[in-house]
Amino acid sequence: MIRHLLSAADLDVDRATLVLDTAAELANLASQEVKKLPTLRGRTVVNLFYEDSTRTRISFEAAAKRLSADVINFSARGSSVSKGESLKDTALTLQAMGADAVVIRHPASGAPHRLAEWIDGRVVNAGDGTHEHPTQALLDAYTMRERLGRIAGLRVAIVGDVLHSRVARSNVSLLATLGARVTLVAPPTLLPLGIERALGARLRTSFDLDAVLPESDVVMLLRVQRERMNEAFFPSAREYARCYGLDTARMRRLPQHAIVMHPGPMNRGMEIAPDVADSARSTVVDQVTNGVSVRMAVLYLLLGGSAK
Amino acid sequence: MPYPVSGASIPSAPVSSKSDSTDIPFDQATEGKAILAPADVTRVVDRIAHQILEKTSGAVDAVLLGIPTRGVPLAHRLAARIHAFEGIDVPVGVLDITLYRDDLRLRGARAIGHTEVPAGGLDARRVILVDDVLFSGRTARAALDALQDLGRPRTVQLAVLVDRGHRELPIRADYVGKNIPTSLDELVRVLVAETDGTDGVVLYGGRS
Repeated sequence: MIRHLLSAADLDVDRATLVLDTAAELANLASQEVKKLPTLRGRTVVNLFYEDSTRTRISFEAAAKRLSADVINFSARGSSVSKGESLKDTALTLQAMGADAVVIRHPASGAPHRLAEWIDGRVVNAGDGTHEHPTQALLDAYTMRERLGRIAGLRVAIVGDVLHSRVARSNVSLLATLGARVTLVAPPTLLPLGIERALGARLRTSFDLDAVLPESDVVMLLRVQRERMNEAFFPSAREYARCYGLDTARMRRLPQHAIVMHPGPMNRGMEIAPDVADSARSTVVDQVTNGVSVRMAVLYLLLGGSAK
Repeated sequence: MPYPVSGASIPSAPVSSKSDSTDIPFDQATEGKAILAPADVTRVVDRIAHQILEKTSGAVDAVLLGIPTRGVPLAHRLAARIHAFEGIDVPVGVLDITLYRDDLRLRGARAIGHTEVPAGGLDARRVILVDDVLFSGRTARAALDALQDLGRPRTVQLAVLVDRGHRELPIRADYVGKNIPTSLDELVRVLVAETDGTDGVVLYGGRS
């Protein structure tokens, strides 16, 4: 297995499949009487969060705790980071405390890569800037495989703010590895220029959601990231919802078996209508459940291999 | 040092490249020494099945849990023999112990196997763990830990096809197919038709 999980591109087909298979076995164990496993007893996992997050941090915390690791939560707010401590100094502090793995979320793209150079422990990227969020891509792939039985050959539409989305970036990379066909759907202002040329034949782009829906097995809606919208990327929220929001009428255009995914948190009424979010096609809740299993698998595979 | 040998000798037993509970690196080219022939394995399994019936008053409430890889087919065979002898159906399950091993730090993460608990559960049952080789006792210890998280059996027993000695923990088997005195640099390999194409027990390595 690899040392760190910094990017979805770190995983080849075999490794990605190993993570998904391991997660599936760990998910089975979640139904047993005692859910806690002794596997990572005595290891320390630090959740280093420089950006607000509830589900990802809680998900990593639950995953580490189910494997009996000790968890230290560190959020920038209320720590010495607010007194101006640099990432490197924080990293050296964690190193000195004997962190076996650091799960990091940071607003700067590439921060986990820097961190990996400074510490001996394993680093898991839990979202860096507009760059990558590999465990989200893994749990999305897991959810697709669980619901639809396979990933290779699936037609996946990723809809919304592709430009700022680390979820989209990691998913495009992992889904390409696993053989799915991805179509990015977004207003022209939110689609990186020339992305289809950069990523090759498996990737298509479109500005027209209605045309893409009938030939999609999976629709993955991205959150409109208001906190990153300091420029006018579209005229108004209502116009965005009209053109790219998935409502009940649009959902009917999907094939019978198709599923609707959202990484959360959702802006109900913006990119996803409330009825759609609560429909049987929606996998939002499954994605949260699967997130814990997938993160357990990642921690197990990274930390399990730490023979010196 | 002479080893007790029973039954006919198989010339060169096929060697599985799969790792099992005794996976010590060894030279695969070394010719193995057959300890049990296929017919011996059948007799041994029959005897253990009889002993289980005897010791559990007719396999009442018994559950057989095979420890992967080769404990699983052995558990199924024991169940089949118990059925043939007394017409009793003993539930069979699989207990994967990967997450409970104590050598994770030393050997690194392994692929996790599938654990399967029979429909009736394990609470208040007489659980019989089935493995191919009893060696250090660490697999059995891990299995006991794993079992604790699955329920609360009335009793737990251990059945092994081969006991090769060199225990590192205070653990013993309730049913032993064959005791084979070995030295630490030897490797005992149990072959079962389901995974290896033939039955047998072969001893490899050691000072020649």
